[in-house]
Amino acid sequence: MKRSSVITREIDPASLINEVVSPQCGAVSLFLGTVRDANDGRSVSAIEYSAYKSMAEAELERILDEAEERFGVSVLVVEHRIGLLGLGDVSVAIAAAHPHRAPALDCTRYVIEEIKKRVPIWKMEHYADGTRDWVDPSGAAQVSSV
Amino acid sequence: MSTVTVQLFASYAELLGAPTVELPLAPGSTVKDLLSRIRSLPGASSLPNAPRVAINRSFAASEQIVEASDEIALIPPVAGG
Repeated sequence: MKRSSVITREIDPASLINEVVSPQCGAVSLFLGTVRDANDGRSVSAIEYSAYKSMAEAELERILDEAEERFGVSVLVVEHRIGLLGLGDVSVAIAAAHPHRAPALDCTRYVIEEIKKRVPIWKMEHYADGTRDWVDPSGAAQVSSV
Repeated sequence: MSTVTVQLFASYAELLGAPTVELPLAPGSTVKDLLSRIRSLPGASSLPNAPRVAINRSFAASEQIVEASDEIALIPPVAGG
């Protein structure tokens, strides 16, 4: 059972755990990404996430297929939230279940690293001083806006 | 010539001032040809050298042929997670 969604509602980590837990699996690995209050020396007040939703969901499905092939983890759920998120809000949740811990742990790590490389989702950080900026982890020039 | 629609997102939509652009494209044109067309648009001079392009919801190579019926998008540096 694999499932991935890009959603606007709050992520409920407990419901993801309930979705993957089973008597056949001795390990559940849960990764949560949350909104941090600072980035690159600037004080962050919120993050606005946007996506090319249909492609983001297609890319997430491809990542889950790869994860199953690499780690043998077939019980895997991912939710990524978009919209305006406040400090501490969960932006992404990945839950993986497997009979043993190593594949479950490796799988969640793989999925989050691939999300960061390939899933078309963007962040606009809102700063405490009232300015905003696109987050560009690639280091290319940023477009500033106010 | 046929007309293709290119979806723009996030910082690229800001640069070009619209969520989509329409471009004339000769049959047999590649992703690389499409990008040179896009570069001639107002605001496009600030795009990086080789922005990522998606065709039908998958990343495309620069030599891939673009069809008029394709779903085409320019993908700014991603920042999910």
